[in-house]
Amino acid sequence: MSTVVEPVRAAAAPRPRPARQGPRRGQRWRLGEALVPVIAGLAFLYLLVPVAYTVAFSFNDAGKSNLVWRGFTLDAWRNPCGAPQVCEAFAHSLQVGVASTVIATALGTLLAIALVRFRFRGRPLVNLLVFLPMSTPEVVLGAALLAQFLSLRVQLGFTTVVIAHVMFCISFVVVTVKARVASLDPALEEAAADLYATPWHAFWRVTFPLLLPGIAAAALLAFSLSFDDFIITNFNSGAFTTFPKFVYVSAARGIPPQANVISSFMFVLALLLVVAFQVVSSVRAGRRQRG
Amino acid sequence: MSLAVALGEGGGPPPAASRPTRTRGHRPLLLPGLAYLALFFVAPVAVLLATSLYVPVPGGDVGQYQPALHGQNYVDALAKFWPQLVRSFGFALMATLAALAIGYPMAYAIAVRARGRRLLQGLLLVLVVAPFFTSFILRTIAWKQILADDSFVVAALHWLHLLPPGGRLTATPFAVVCGLTYNFLPFMVLPIYASLERLDPRMLEAGADLYASPFTTFRTVTLPLSMPGVVGGTLLTFIPASGDYVNSSLLGNNTNTSMIGQVIDARFFKVLDYPTAAALSVVLMVAILVLVGSYVRRSGTEELL
Repeated sequence: MSTVVEPVRAAAAPRPRPARQGPRRGQRWRLGEALVPVIAGLAFLYLLVPVAYTVAFSFNDAGKSNLVWRGFTLDAWRNPCGAPQVCEAFAHSLQVGVASTVIATALGTLLAIALVRFRFRGRPLVNLLVFLPMSTPEVVLGAALLAQFLSLRVQLGFTTVVIAHVMFCISFVVVTVKARVASLDPALEEAAADLYATPWHAFWRVTFPLLLPGIAAAALLAFSLSFDDFIITNFNSGAFTTFPKFVYVSAARGIPPQANVISSFMFVLALLLVVAFQVVSSVRAGRRQRG
Repeated sequence: MSLAVALGEGGGPPPAASRPTRTRGHRPLLLPGLAYLALFFVAPVAVLLATSLYVPVPGGDVGQYQPALHGQNYVDALAKFWPQLVRSFGFALMATLAALAIGYPMAYAIAVRARGRRLLQGLLLVLVVAPFFTSFILRTIAWKQILADDSFVVAALHWLHLLPPGGRLTATPFAVVCGLTYNFLPFMVLPIYASLERLDPRMLEAGADLYASPFTTFRTVTLPLSMPGVVGGTLLTFIPASGDYVNSSLLGNNTNTSMIGQVIDARFFKVLDYPTAAALSVVLMVAILVLVGSYVRRSGTEELL
């Protein structure tokens, strides 16, 4: 919004809390205001109940199927690869995730810089092309790619899954990095150019370090989208199994508790990563405030 | 910067300082990404379009088709599967409205109520994105088990007479809409949070100083300024929800909850009826583009694109 000056710094600095409303007006509104934390609390509960369920059932003494609670055990945690195929699928998901993240982040970052920093003919068209994959449901993206792979008689597997994941991750990377590029002052790069830095040097020494938080956020987003994708993967993977596909396919005959273990493990890992991110950024913000 | 903020920061024009200035040297930046999207997005959609017009090879096996311009495929596909198509949009719309009703207060609580308390804000944002980190299929299956017929929840509802005898929660349209709402709720919260977070609290104080009631201030200041977030959030919820088939196949039944994604999947893999699957995909894509285009235009947030 154009009315807000420097949204980034404004977000970092603590702002004065708005004055408490006097009792004279809006009884009903105050009821509404009082309800906000209640609704938000219930909503958080709604969001987190299935997560808690998934984690809890990783400790279940499950027999054949992990459907009913039969007692606490650490068996699945001690032997996370104990169920057939589960670790193989997990490894596949990691490989696909890393490959797609690297490619999509590189391509998307370049696109984002071009879109924000340059004026050229056809820019609206490029913007549209970046927006379209995001506004197309996964099932259509998956079906379209599969139709192409079938017509070219391409063997489905690891490569086709990575191709598909990069395709839908690029747009999200562009959107995320664009916001970061837009918040950078182009004068910094111009200053580098004035100091006789080559465009290559200016990019790696000035632009890239400043973009890094945005690029890291985009990469994290791309990885989580890729790692958790089911629909597009299902269309383009053939016999190749990723973790979500493994879970979906085994849902019919019972999901082994090892799947819950892997999912819980990833959950804790990602949570720690995000918390570390938050702490680092708030420490930095604090340091910046103090000068 | 957290994942959360990043996701929501798509909207809004860039600050004046960074208007595009340069006019040369963009090609090497653009080309790799554009080539990729051309090869693996534009071309596949073109192939999809072509496939939707194919006809079976005369006397050929199941799954063998040849190029043709058989527009009748669309008529046949729609005549047969329009209920699923309409249901998909209906479910997606209900899920979007429910997610908005739940997600706006959440975003408001995080951005406005917790304003200035960075630690609390950070923690709440982490909780919003936390579900992303467990497999969404496992979470949907968790719902299936939590709401199953022999579950504690259903027993409690029966005991309270809130559910008629024999009534169930899973395998109902209600369960599918709840699942869709659940799965896409973070996509609603994050953009709204991002736009509320940028809201200058002085604007609210100005509203109060001008004797506007808190409700009037909300209606005339807060809500309009959060519209880019609302539009972004509704799109990020509605689009994936309308094409989803994980929720409807795990939480629904096969008679009155099946959505268009399930049909496309089944036509492709079980029946090998590629032209119908392709035609339905094209219809879904075009319908969403038309809906999204008119919605974005009406809400006056074109710069979002």
